[in-house]
Amino acid sequence: MKIRATQAIMECLLEQGVDTVFGYPGGTILNVYDELYNYRDKLHHILTSHEQGAAHAADGYARSTGKVGVCFATSGPGTTNLTTGIATAHMDSSPVVFLTCNVTEPLLGKDAFQEVDITGIAMPITKATYLVRDAATIPDVMRQAFAVAATGRPGPVLIDFLKNVTDPSVMIDYEFIPWTENRSCSSIQSLARSHGLKAPEPDAQDIAILADMIARSERPMLICGGGVVRGRAHRQFRELAEKLDAPVAITVMGGGGFPGGHPLATGMIGMHGSRASNVACDECDLLIAVGCRFSDRVALQPDTFASQAKIVHIDIDRSEIDKNVLTDHHIIGSARRVLEMLNPLLPQYSHPEWKAHILSLREGAETDEGDALTHVKILEAIRRLAPEDTIVATDVGQHQMWSIQHFHFSYPGQLLTSGGFGTMGFGLGAAIGAQLGNPDKRVIHVTGDGCFRMNCHELSTVEHYRLPIISVVFNNGTLGMVRQWQSLIYHNRYSATTLDRGPDFVKLAEAYGLRGYRVTTPEEMESAFRDALSAGCGCVLDCRLDIDEMVRPMVPGGAHITDFLIK
Amino acid sequence: MKKTFNPEKKLYTLAILVQDIPGVLSQVARLFSRKGYNIESIVSGETDKPGVTRITIVILGDELMVGQIAAQCRKLIPVLAVKLLDEATAIQREFALIKVRAADRNARDEVIQMSNIFRAKIIDVGRDTLTVAVFGDRDKTAALIGLLDGYGILEIAKTGTLSIERGNSTIYDNNKLKEEYNYGKNVL
Ligand SMILES: Cc1ncc(C[n+]2csc(CCOP(=O)(O)OP(=O)(O)O)c2C)c(N)n1
Repeated sequence: MKIRATQAIMECLLEQGVDTVFGYPGGTILNVYDELYNYRDKLHHILTSHEQGAAHAADGYARSTGKVGVCFATSGPGTTNLTTGIATAHMDSSPVVFLTCNVTEPLLGKDAFQEVDITGIAMPITKATYLVRDAATIPDVMRQAFAVAATGRPGPVLIDFLKNVTDPSVMIDYEFIPWTENRSCSSIQSLARSHGLKAPEPDAQDIAILADMIARSERPMLICGGGVVRGRAHRQFRELAEKLDAPVAITVMGGGGFPGGHPLATGMIGMHGSRASNVACDECDLLIAVGCRFSDRVALQPDTFASQAKIVHIDIDRSEIDKNVLTDHHIIGSARRVLEMLNPLLPQYSHPEWKAHILSLREGAETDEGDALTHVKILEAIRRLAPEDTIVATDVGQHQMWSIQHFHFSYPGQLLTSGGFGTMGFGLGAAIGAQLGNPDKRVIHVTGDGCFRMNCHELSTVEHYRLPIISVVFNNGTLGMVRQWQSLIYHNRYSATTLDRGPDFVKLAEAYGLRGYRVTTPEEMESAFRDALSAGCGCVLDCRLDIDEMVRPMVPGGAHITDFLIK
Repeated sequence: MKKTFNPEKKLYTLAILVQDIPGVLSQVARLFSRKGYNIESIVSGETDKPGVTRITIVILGDELMVGQIAAQCRKLIPVLAVKLLDEATAIQREFALIKVRAADRNARDEVIQMSNIFRAKIIDVGRDTLTVAVFGDRDKTAALIGLLDGYGILEIAKTGTLSIERGNSTIYDNNKLKEEYNYGKNVL
């Protein structure tokens, strides 16, 4: 069948089961948007205020639904505006396909209006980039791009179409192939030959070795990383933890991979890790890390990390092995598959003394009996009033760490946070994507006054699409996390971190047609949050906090994991 | 037991098979520059398979870092195979064209003699210059260049190192060491 090239782009999206796309139009991508107009009943396009917001929204959509996110942008500034979003998705292994357009073939390389080498720029922050110069290759490229984004360790992919390729007069051969059968397509076959289309099947012998190491261990511990979340291996992971009867720490990306309220959960590990997690890591004799990459925020000092332990690394990505921390044993494969093979080999273990020792270090949920509004009061109110399966999208800073410490995430995709790239401004976009992908769930955006300023223009997207997202702004009048470092390490020299300036977030919310609440006491928090939950529209809570609250505990970067700077 | 890695910096040779598509060379080279390592030499050329290019890269690094880059390289979509070639089991060759000043008769004779010893060829004779083509391993070309330097080298055009395994083994073999070719496949 001959169809327009742009039609093939849309059909290929439909093949993949895409129904929601995010983006922003412009000159070079006009043909694609014109085609989108024909498909407006099948492909719901969400117009954001800024391409960065669209990128984060597609990312949040992907993280919360487990599907591949899709994002459009025009050439030049449209594509460069995407880059922070692409890098954020890349660092956190989130599958998003970015579709951009570039100038026409004769203008390529001539510094034409809004021309930029986006495939070159995006190379280090994607799994793959494609420059489409020949319309006939569109179906092949689209199918391969989706396969690459979703297969193995997921991640972003960028396709840049030259404008002439999308000209309405260009007709190409196209045949519908549902994605479940797209192995028949040549680009998928070649990908299968070079890289395999599945994660490698774990080696049974390697798994047996681990089972043996577990049998010898007296003080085992587990780390739940982002791989458990992306691989949706939470059930298998929980089974392993319970069979092992061992303490379980999570990384920032692992939030949702293991229930925060589980009796074996010791909370976060690393820079803002709990005492229980960090001490367990220091004292265990076997550390099994599943889908975590031992980043510098976890393995603060790689040489002394888990120095008494045999370290076992389970990861889908061979190149992560021995990258940051040298390991004693590794298993390559998807978290789910590895644990499915491992669990049946294990008897029920019991480590009562070790467990009691570590669990006794847990401080329990932070409580606060005072009258002042503190981060504890805010988080406690949210936790009490919001439904249990509420999706939380955070920005970056103190409020992010507090959220991960305080909320009990229990399923993959419940916590959306920029762990690897630490992107301020991620939260609102991600919340928009999550709300669109999960219309029946409550989505809360936890942010700081600094981060909120970065992308609060997306409130207009919240309003336009009638998304009942509640933005809870931890307004401490400062770039809190940076100030915390300045207080602790830079002798209270508050260089460029005080946010003694507008806007008034309540008025801002109202200006966007949303509800705004000023919150200065725990009582106001309670009533405002209750109100927001039933408002049926986007709401902004401007919560005023003391400027000097800190995230506790804290181990400085590069220090030994139990050398707490503050407890 | 933790694997031990040789921390000593030395020259490693990587042979990489890639699909011949635009940008592939910079995609591969980027992995090295990203870690702040200089590529000592890079050679790229076609192979016995149409559409497949072989890139040979020599890099000064330690074992851990080279293994890391090889693993990352395997993840690139156009990359079909990566192999770390061992000095002991692979042959290495490079080719150099050296233009040297040789105005008087004595100098000419000496340069020609030296070239003969190195089995190099004089491929061009100018009024005051000789151009020598030498083919051999890294040490051999370096040694000849060192000797010719005394006469005044005007220009050198040199390839990077090419390398291929001795005996029956080829880069297409799939029975690689498990450590190197984990489960026989590149990963995405
Ligand atoms: C785009 C970007 N710029 C700068 C930073 C550095 N940074 C990390 S946390 C932070 C402070 C965030 O302040 P705020 O949003 O008020 O949150 P708080 O820490 O006070 O909760 C900054 C500036 C960053 N992570 N991202």
